[in-house]
Amino acid sequence: MSAPTLMAPAASTTPPARWARGRIAGVNTAFWLFVGPFIVGLLIFVYLPIVWSVVLSFSRAQNTVTPGDWVGLQNYVDLLRPGPFLDSLITFTIFAAFIVPLTFALSLGLALLLNQVTFLRAFFRSVYFLPTACSYVVASLVWKLSIFNGVRFGLANTVLSWFGVDNIPWLATSDPPWYWMVIVTVRLWLQIGFYMILFLAGLQRISPELYEAAAVDGARNSWQTFRYITFPQLRATSVAVLLLLFINAYQAFDEFFNLLGNSSFARPPLVYLYYTAQGNQDYGHGTAGAVILALLIMIVTLAQGRIFGFGRAE
Amino acid sequence: MSAATPEVTERERAVRQPADVRRRRRTTPGGVVASVLRYLALVISAVLFLLPFYLIVRNALSLDTDITAPGWTLFPKKIHWENFSELFTDPSVNILQALGNSAIVAVLQTAGMLLLCSMAGYGLARIPFRWATPIFYSILVTLMIPPAVTFVPSFIIVSQLRWVDTYQGIIVPVLFSGFTTFLFRQYFLNFPRSLEEAARVDGLGYLGAYWRVVVPNSGAFFAAIAVITFIANWNAFLWPLVIGQDASKWTVQVALSTFLTAQTINLHELFLAAAVSIAPLVLVFVLLQRYLVQGVAETGIKG
Repeated sequence: MSAPTLMAPAASTTPPARWARGRIAGVNTAFWLFVGPFIVGLLIFVYLPIVWSVVLSFSRAQNTVTPGDWVGLQNYVDLLRPGPFLDSLITFTIFAAFIVPLTFALSLGLALLLNQVTFLRAFFRSVYFLPTACSYVVASLVWKLSIFNGVRFGLANTVLSWFGVDNIPWLATSDPPWYWMVIVTVRLWLQIGFYMILFLAGLQRISPELYEAAAVDGARNSWQTFRYITFPQLRATSVAVLLLLFINAYQAFDEFFNLLGNSSFARPPLVYLYYTAQGNQDYGHGTAGAVILALLIMIVTLAQGRIFGFGRAE
Repeated sequence: MSAATPEVTERERAVRQPADVRRRRRTTPGGVVASVLRYLALVISAVLFLLPFYLIVRNALSLDTDITAPGWTLFPKKIHWENFSELFTDPSVNILQALGNSAIVAVLQTAGMLLLCSMAGYGLARIPFRWATPIFYSILVTLMIPPAVTFVPSFIIVSQLRWVDTYQGIIVPVLFSGFTTFLFRQYFLNFPRSLEEAARVDGLGYLGAYWRVVVPNSGAFFAAIAVITFIANWNAFLWPLVIGQDASKWTVQVALSTFLTAQTINLHELFLAAAVSIAPLVLVFVLLQRYLVQGVAETGIKG
């Protein structure tokens, strides 16, 4: 009787230990099987380029991407002097000052309108969302050749001529800067629907009981309801939308490139970098510019995380 | 006092039946006017939103002389269907190759991104590996820098690999999206664990549980991410422009941009090419809008 009882624990402890070791090895293998390919790609195509660029940004690198001709901080000093790179940051600032509040107000307005109607609501939502399917290149093409082409057969000038306004050369002049009208409206058309969907999702998460409570408490017009219920309840959505709008404006390239090309008066940062790196093959200044832009956007992202505590809710 | 009395009664009525009050308010003359104004605003907005699409179609099926005629007309005098054959047989345009390149790039990018990012997200959410947390943070850090900002650094690596003017140069560097992996991780964290445990009891490993249980039960989420990714990749411009420098590797966006800036081809051909380039997306859009709206609502906020 005693022998089996002694033997039994010994026999039963060894296999679990082996299983446990095998299971940990299995866990490690499984983890690398799932995550390994992604991590390898991330190292090669995200981390390595950044490291390489930081190193190259301290070199003179004309027509080459090999570091070696060290110039210290010269590339950074060149860019941060008054000149085209700082101008490009100013262009971005003006652009953001137009596009962020306009998109915010119009997409929120459309979402509120849609939220108040029932008949044909899905149809209107689809219509406003449809431009999301269109590319910036195609939209720029329509804006440049059909709506704002600056000649008499253009749609904008045709409509203005009904009110006795002379032809406006929308994209051909920087004084007055009519091109902002073209640049801002094309992005408005392309992105309002997207942000409208975000606001609609936010609106639908607001509990109807809050509105009933507000009616009980004497909120009688829709402005009061909006001011005290809807807008505060949309806070998380609003912060996210503002951040997305800002980050997307920071990366503006397609419409500036296709509508204005390498014009000296309205070149946002990425267009400037494109002509520096791909046009002039000046990779020293190109990488230094990329490093500055990456640092600036990282500061913004971290600062907004501090200020709004966004993402803490995850 | 006399002013306060109606307020009280109205409040009492609101307490008793708030829904009823609202319904009655809608049938007042003021409510009807507000409703009419709302629909007026919606219809005007809808016309403005659809107008650019109409202009594409109108110009695509007109002749250049009609487009540039002094009197602007809403409808072309005659619909020129022969513009199609002109576009597809014009040797200086080669729109078919550009469409083919776009299809190859967008389909492979979407498939590759779904595979890589969903597996990485699943591993991070479910496999208890010792270093999973630091690895997750190393992915989160990359979310702070939008990929477009580092196109010069990425170009340098691709040029060192001698991948300029290749499909893999356009496709591969875009696949490793920290954001998509993050979304999949969040999604899998909320996936019902009991389903996977049943699979494990049946003797499936992590890979088996993932392929046979998790993926088949996550169709809507995968579809939402797939539609968003496909549209973004089909419409992408900066990266294909930087890498696909030779005409044989132009995506349709790069081809259209080149024709637009060079102004070497007819207006109606350009607009028809634009129409052809958005047709697949409008189709995807109309057929899969449910997933798209859901995906935007779910993923946009977390950006």
